[in-house]
Amino acid sequence: MDRIPILKMGHFLLVTIQVDLYDRLALSLENDLINMVSQVDAKGVLIDISAVSIVDSFMGRILGNIASMTKIMDAETVVVGMQPAVAITLVELGLTLSGVHTALNVEKGMELLQKRIGKDQTGEEEDYDSND
Amino acid sequence: MIVMTKESLQILKEQDVILFRNRVKEFATKIGMSLLNQTKLITAASELVRNMLKYANGGVVILEIIGKDRVTGIRLTFTDKGPGIADIRLAMKDGYSTGKSLGLGLPGAKRLVNEFDIKSEVGKGTTVTIIRWKNGI
Repeated sequence: MDRIPILKMGHFLLVTIQVDLYDRLALSLENDLINMVSQVDAKGVLIDISAVSIVDSFMGRILGNIASMTKIMDAETVVVGMQPAVAITLVELGLTLSGVHTALNVEKGMELLQKRIGKDQTGEEEDYDSND
Repeated sequence: MIVMTKESLQILKEQDVILFRNRVKEFATKIGMSLLNQTKLITAASELVRNMLKYANGGVVILEIIGKDRVTGIRLTFTDKGPGIADIRLAMKDGYSTGKSLGLGLPGAKRLVNEFDIKSEVGKGTTVTIIRWKNGI
């Protein structure tokens, strides 16, 4: 069966979707990603959809699911590189992807992840100091 | 209304959806449809073809390039022999679903195309027809 590769980079997992996703492939990506977050203790997931020309309600739901599931696993998900036509179509379709962090490109997505995770870590240190 | 090209595709499994989407894209590119309108059309088609697979185990789609008053467009007709829809008005409501989905498929698809028609008979099947004109808004 086909699989979307997931790359590990430090505390982050990177996924670049380069093919048209059919439903089972999208579901196995969801499953693989959540397992991987748990296995490697990932703090952030970056999904690049710049090569994806169609996001329908099913695909949108999968992106939302991944974001909520990783959140429960204490990791942040950022979706990057959405094509303008896809964004317009999604909103008209009625899917606003609320709850999913987005960024314009991979670079900005990484920045966003680093900022969010950095904040969490300093937050923990402050708590530690105040308890001291 | 004149039909310039006509083709029918059988949809029986998930992988057929990708093939079908590519075929719609080829048709849309052929008549010079803008990228945005193509994206809307293919997304709508994707929703409808998913419904067909999910509720009726597949069906047939007819792809056509049509012309009317010197305007060209794509017409897609989705026909299945599934259980049919008991209450079309309810099925067309945002957020309503008998499955586990978001309930955006039918109403969302309607918003993405220029013309939308649905006919259904319980126990017999459902036919959905959509048209997206080349430069339609």
